[in-house]
Amino acid sequence: MATLELKNVIKEFDDTRVIQGVDLEVNDREFVVFVGPSGCGKSTLLRMIAGLESASSGDILIDGKRVNDVGPADRDLAMVFQSYALYPHMTVEDNMGFSLRLAKVPKEERRKKVEEAARILQLEPLLDRKPKALSGGQRQRVAIGRAIVRNPGIFLFDEPLSNLDAALRVKMRVELARLHDELDATMIYVTHDQIEAMTMADKIVVLQDGIVEQIGSPMELYHHPRNRFVAGFIGSPKMNFLSVEAVASDASGVRVRLPAGGECSVPVDGATQQPGHTLTLGVRPEHLVLDDNGVLEGEIQVIERLGGMTSLHIQTQDDLLTLVADGEVTHRVHERVRFGFESHRAHLFGQEGTALTSLHRHPLTEIQRLDNKASSNGESRHS
Amino acid sequence: MSAVQTKRPWVGVLAWVIALIIFFPILWMVLTGFKTEADAIASPSLFFTPTLESYVEVQGRADYPKHAFNSITISLASTLLALLIAIPSAYAMAFLPTKRTKATLLWMLSTKMLPPVGVLMPIYLLSRDLGLLDTRTGLTIVYTMMNLPIVVWMLYTFFKDLPRDILEAGRMDGANTFQEVTLLLLPLSMPGIASTGLLSIILSWNEAFWSLNLTASKAAPLTAYIASFSSPEGLFWAKLSAASTMAIAPILIFGWMTQKQMVRGLTFGAVK
Repeated sequence: MATLELKNVIKEFDDTRVIQGVDLEVNDREFVVFVGPSGCGKSTLLRMIAGLESASSGDILIDGKRVNDVGPADRDLAMVFQSYALYPHMTVEDNMGFSLRLAKVPKEERRKKVEEAARILQLEPLLDRKPKALSGGQRQRVAIGRAIVRNPGIFLFDEPLSNLDAALRVKMRVELARLHDELDATMIYVTHDQIEAMTMADKIVVLQDGIVEQIGSPMELYHHPRNRFVAGFIGSPKMNFLSVEAVASDASGVRVRLPAGGECSVPVDGATQQPGHTLTLGVRPEHLVLDDNGVLEGEIQVIERLGGMTSLHIQTQDDLLTLVADGEVTHRVHERVRFGFESHRAHLFGQEGTALTSLHRHPLTEIQRLDNKASSNGESRHS
Repeated sequence: MSAVQTKRPWVGVLAWVIALIIFFPILWMVLTGFKTEADAIASPSLFFTPTLESYVEVQGRADYPKHAFNSITISLASTLLALLIAIPSAYAMAFLPTKRTKATLLWMLSTKMLPPVGVLMPIYLLSRDLGLLDTRTGLTIVYTMMNLPIVVWMLYTFFKDLPRDILEAGRMDGANTFQEVTLLLLPLSMPGIASTGLLSIILSWNEAFWSLNLTASKAAPLTAYIASFSSPEGLFWAKLSAASTMAIAPILIFGWMTQKQMVRGLTFGAVK
């Protein structure tokens, strides 16, 4: 049971500022994912929370207590490393019991706790093996087991699935979500994979160049991205962007002219927009629909058939756009097609890339992954 | 054996030739040790009647076990001492580097570029004033200093190759620095530490300059024992060879027994 708070946390290496003043609140039992491209500072931020890196300035608070000067072992947290970082010369059991051994926990009790963690992770038959005799997925589970045994307030995960193959990654993703449910612990998870972020998080923190671009629930980020970066980063395939011109704005939204000539009205707050401004229109590939009366037109360049769905890459006059259709489309490469979108699905971004506020909140933005389970069962933390 | 060797047999032949050329002086020394003094200075020949005459005479003139004991204790003690100092230093430099770490390492290595004779006077005088001349302690200290740069440098490279994550995981698990070193770092870098130790033993065993200058009889190791056979009365090839053979035999056997460990250690980190 633990909360975490970051207050204007800054990290500088020599003269480079890699974390530029991060403010963040993590509630008890929340699953928070830091996501962003390589080098955005997400791992550094995690390591600062872990105590493996010191903060250049700002405060890190765990359960309301400032821990900037507290060692990693005394912060009541456990970390799962990307490389697993198992101790190669120790058996699985010794790996998992190492922290207890250092804490001078009696052998009997140690064994009990290790066995309990091994049961949760189905590692019982492997307790006597050395890490080199384990598969990637098993090593991963031992690394998680080592964290569970410590019974920490906060679990930290540093890209734990990136060394696994695709199938195993999906399996472990489900397992981690299940584990979060079972352990009822606060978890902070770092990844560059937006699918992992979307599927597991209660709250996503999108980082770029050491700056927090947006914090919100997966659906909030998907439906109401605060800027172009978040809009492009969340969602797969990536959001399409078109350069458009503002024509008029009123209480129902902003009317824009598309590059090919057609017009549409997007329901966003356009109070600051003057006719003639250049804006960016964003439409997700899954919101583009083939439509003989659509406002857009182009030639299909590439077709990617996935069975259940099909991605069409369509070259319009100015842009290469992606459209996701169902698996049954019969179109062929080099065919010309017309397509469009429902305007309430579109996003508009100003010149600096900031999104114009949508006039309607999407109903799913407030949904919680675990349906607020945390508040309903008070103290059932795993022990 | 390997595909390369079967495809290009001349590589194997060349390797053997080079190995034989390098080994030849040692072979010749061993053979000469079994000759009489007259045979030894006669025209070189592989055919002669072997005799243990020289060995008997060498043993009569000097106390081999005493010198061998000195060699063993001094090389082992100086190696242990060097490792004891080098492990913490290498740990600090590998895992907590500062801006000057690289320069410090280079400076340490540069001390090996100075010819030892350059510091002969100060070290001799210091040893004399501290009463360490012709003592095993004195020579052990000098050997420790002599090998320290190489030992630190080698351990530094081994430590540097260890995944940092493992030590960080240890720290997260609550290990203090001492536990981090003893429970994780040392067991993990055992091959590297072993090969560094072996190299240090061999270097100490073969060292002649300091042993000749700082010892007389009491603490003289085997190198000084060999040198005692090149006397002003002239060279006695057979006796010198017999003495040399006895001096190098232990380290040669030791090296042969540990070669697997040595090679593993020296290529440690190169192949993951």
